[in-house]
Amino acid sequence: MLIKTKKRGDLTEGSVTPETAYLNRRTLLKGIGLGGMLAAGGAHAGLLDFLSPDSEERETAERKALQFSPHSPGPSLTLTPEAKAINHNNFYEFGTSKTDPARNSQSLKVEPWTLTVEGEVAKPGKVDVWQLMAGSQLEERIYRMRCVEAWSMVIPWIGFELGKFLQRFEPTSRAKYVAFETLYDPGQMPGQKDRYLGGGIDYPYVEGLRIDEAMNPLTILTVGLYGKTLPPQNGAPIRLVVPWKYGFKGIKSIVKIRLLEKMPPTTWNILAPNEYGFYANVNPAVDHPRWSQATERFIGPGGPLSVTRQETLSFNGYGDQVASLYSQMNLRKYF
Amino acid sequence: MAVLEQKSGIQPLRFRKTLAIILQLAVHIGSALPLLWLFYAVNAGLMGGDPVKELIHFLGIGALRLLLLTLLVSPLAQWLSTGQLNRLRRPLGLWCFTWASLHFTSWLALDLAFDWSLIGGELIERTYILLGFMAWILLLSLALTSIPKLMRLMGKHWKKLHGFAYVVLLLGCWHFWWSVKSGWMEPALYLAAAVFLLILRRRKVVHWLGSFIPAPSRPR
Repeated sequence: MLIKTKKRGDLTEGSVTPETAYLNRRTLLKGIGLGGMLAAGGAHAGLLDFLSPDSEERETAERKALQFSPHSPGPSLTLTPEAKAINHNNFYEFGTSKTDPARNSQSLKVEPWTLTVEGEVAKPGKVDVWQLMAGSQLEERIYRMRCVEAWSMVIPWIGFELGKFLQRFEPTSRAKYVAFETLYDPGQMPGQKDRYLGGGIDYPYVEGLRIDEAMNPLTILTVGLYGKTLPPQNGAPIRLVVPWKYGFKGIKSIVKIRLLEKMPPTTWNILAPNEYGFYANVNPAVDHPRWSQATERFIGPGGPLSVTRQETLSFNGYGDQVASLYSQMNLRKYF
Repeated sequence: MAVLEQKSGIQPLRFRKTLAIILQLAVHIGSALPLLWLFYAVNAGLMGGDPVKELIHFLGIGALRLLLLTLLVSPLAQWLSTGQLNRLRRPLGLWCFTWASLHFTSWLALDLAFDWSLIGGELIERTYILLGFMAWILLLSLALTSIPKLMRLMGKHWKKLHGFAYVVLLLGCWHFWWSVKSGWMEPALYLAAAVFLLILRRRKVVHWLGSFIPAPSRPR
């Protein structure tokens, strides 16, 4: 038992699983006969899938093209290549390594998907996310994405403003906070079933915003990236993007939104309150207890090991739109 | 003559020589092959969109495993009554140093892009990085003094210095523990293995610790 557990966290085997790959990478593996050798190396569920006859079709989840209005001209940012943005993810429900989500999430059933909105609203309701997608004016937003682990990307998201969406449910005057919840389905999410694989987190993953943060026009519910619907590893079918906060605030695969009077608990804050705050605004002046937040490694175009280290911007560069939300607050205390 | 025969034991000398060569080769191949694989995996994109974190982690874990293996040798040799096994400690230890150096260098070059002011700041301010750095410095001194000539020259001081392998082991586990964002279970397994190895050689460890206490001056 002990050995098996150890194997699961083994990077060597974790990283070799061919399921992450695009077809061409797969062909390459097959071409040099590595596929079988690698498959023999691990006890991963994903590897066993690889042996099953229908794995060819399930390999990468289908992504549909979306209709959207393109990003209005703003600061020209260098995009992170799509292949990097969808193969380097934190989504512990599918495993803690950066390659686990792309490998283990492809069979996530994202259609149909119901999003419940309840709590301090006059008109609580359930929404079919795919109908919502078809019936909404989607827009592209090119945002910087800064992970709390000091790496960053620039991603063209497709979605709509959370604030406008919430207005439909008529929040009451007591709605001071918004709480979000990810799908809880251990049958589909191996990290929820296995505490070791899931990084010791208590699931479901929960996140929250203050109501004024939620209503800020920068805050979006996202259904796609790079012109197409979200792949499961990026939080399909619907996720939150709050560009001036660390990436972990951008909760994925949301099933429930609740408007509340009191501040809701949030997953990383529960796990390590001295390291991850409720606000989690990108702030180069306040370091993580274990590493500096002053600079970040930008994951941009270039070879696998090309390195760009850049200064981290206050509020991730969105200070002119959001700094006023925190004008009365000591951001060192409310990190 | 009879004594000699008895001493060379059940296995003929040639067989034991071959076995020793095979074991040495296994150590070198086993330590080098994953590095070749790593080179391939990074270039083939098997380590995801951004391989840097994975790469650093892979090298660090590898160094820790090699250290555990190095320290497993002498209990194993004792248990199997095969002193020859002890010859594997030097190559294993040197490979551990190689992996640790690659781990450290990739952090410097690929994560922090040789930004020296940042590197200096991180070393001073981040305890887990300082722990790892201390472990590497110790490994460096062990590697430098692993030349057989130097070993003879240093005499009993050599043993004293190389006892720091125990410290490196604990520092390494501690460094790993504090470096993870969540999920203490994997580092806990390594720490458990380390503690197990230290318990196996508790007498040696106590003796080594005792060597730092100055001997009381004898009454005349």
